[in-house]
Amino acid sequence: MTAAAEGSPPLRMTRARRNALLQSEPVQGFALISPTFLYALILLVLPILVVIAHSFWTQHYLTIDRTFTLENYRVALTEPIYRDLLWRSLYISLTVSLLTVILAYPIAYFISFHGGRHKSLWLFLITIPFWTSYLLRVMSWKVILGYNGVLNSGLMGLGIIDEPSTALLYNSSAVIITLTHAWAAFAILPIFVSLEKVDRTLVEAATDLGDGPLRSFLRVTLPLSAPGVISAALIVMIPTVGDYVTPKLVGGKDGVMIANAIQAQFGKAANWPLGAALSVTTMLIVTLMAGATVLIIRALQRLAR
Amino acid sequence: MRTRRFLSGGWLSVYAFLYIVFLYLPVIFLPIFSINTAPTPKFPLTGFTLQWYADLPHTPALLDAAWNSLKVGVCASVLATVLGILAARSITRYRYPGRRTINGLIMAPLVLPEVIVAISMLLVMLQLGLSLSLFTVVLGHVLVCIPYSMTVLTSGFEGFDRSLEEASADLGESAFGTFRRVTLPMVAPAIISSLLVCFTISLDEFIIAFFLTGTEATLPIYIWGQLRFASKLPGVLALGTLLLVASFLLMTVAEILRRRAARRTQNEGGLYA
Repeated sequence: MTAAAEGSPPLRMTRARRNALLQSEPVQGFALISPTFLYALILLVLPILVVIAHSFWTQHYLTIDRTFTLENYRVALTEPIYRDLLWRSLYISLTVSLLTVILAYPIAYFISFHGGRHKSLWLFLITIPFWTSYLLRVMSWKVILGYNGVLNSGLMGLGIIDEPSTALLYNSSAVIITLTHAWAAFAILPIFVSLEKVDRTLVEAATDLGDGPLRSFLRVTLPLSAPGVISAALIVMIPTVGDYVTPKLVGGKDGVMIANAIQAQFGKAANWPLGAALSVTTMLIVTLMAGATVLIIRALQRLAR
Repeated sequence: MRTRRFLSGGWLSVYAFLYIVFLYLPVIFLPIFSINTAPTPKFPLTGFTLQWYADLPHTPALLDAAWNSLKVGVCASVLATVLGILAARSITRYRYPGRRTINGLIMAPLVLPEVIVAISMLLVMLQLGLSLSLFTVVLGHVLVCIPYSMTVLTSGFEGFDRSLEEASADLGESAFGTFRRVTLPMVAPAIISSLLVCFTISLDEFIIAFFLTGTEATLPIYIWGQLRFASKLPGVLALGTLLLVASFLLMTVAEILRRRAARRTQNEGGLYA
């Protein structure tokens, strides 16, 4: 036997093993997803890390001082304007998600349990308004709620009020109404999906075993649809905290939210580190709220059993 | 007895009706006030006119914005769909560690405050010395479109019968040939649906474009600029109505195609399995 022949079997083995490795599920799967994954890393993860880094720096005119400091966070959390804006954003977002979920549940229930053959038609009907430009939907609420708006002129036409009310627009209620409308479909869809998964025989079983419809709803249907309620609450809550357009258009002075302040820091005020600290604080608050929501709903779900 | 009727009965359909009214309320006013002669939107209506629509083609800034939106929309939807196909295929076809984490990361723009996504991208682009342009807008739009594209495409790819691909390979097709002649035709409706959905999203997207654009406005940015002037409102409403109709048509086609894709992969997969 020659040396070459002795050497070749292991060499062939490794090549075969390498081929097997290259054709294995994990490697192929990972290779396939890596362009998209890299895109998200470079344009989402990296930028967020850069923002986090900035939040610990300071800015002197146009130069960034890279000495570590927590000063920006002190300002973000203790300066009255930022503290108030953070609280208001939190309050508005919680109210909006609660309202949206409460309003969305019955309609999702109706479509899932009484939609019959027309389920997908109903769902489509619900999503249509959301394909209008977001700006124009917010604008429409301004038209509805404004001093010369539809609601005021309508109420005056009916003789219910004598002069237009200014209380409808430019405050946090206007922001809440607009956002509740804007996010409705995003709450209905996840709740509907989880209601569809509820095993109908369980509901029947509960009824057969003597539970009334209300009891079987509370003890079977509602807890089983909790995952949908959780995702609906989160899907509404997380983006609304950082909404920019609605507060700007219908919020007025009393309806401004944190995103408007963040934008100001990156724009006119030109204080990137403070803007970054406000962004990071907002993201942290969002994360805490999301965690709390999940825990609360899980606890309620356990109570119901 | 009363609770039974309460849960199963009529009030739910009444509620559903009212809810739909609430959802359509602000949308309905766009077309109504866009054909009204008075420049301020209020009741009672003063008369019928198509003047606001007729003025639109004579507004150069609007035409530029429309052209920019078209370019951005086409680029963003194609890029997002290509990246979406790769990811959706990987997620539905292969099992590997970290799959869920990566998927979560790709879907993250869906649940992050958009302002923060926009500002962090802006920060990086400025530091890299990239000048803001329609190109940076496209980069941002692709990021926010990918999750939607993924949703449409995974529903198209799921239940896809792998034995068809295996059969094709056994019969001597190359990997690419199999993809082109077996896989692609099966998922084509989902791909077109994804393109339409992404295009619609890009067409309506404001925040990212607002932060990442240089001097060239897209349609939402043009609209944002017009909203400051009360006298421009009817024109904006007319434009908005046209955009609504366009979005509605695109989404209807996208939805029909998505359903066809889902049905095709499931049914035919079942037949040949």
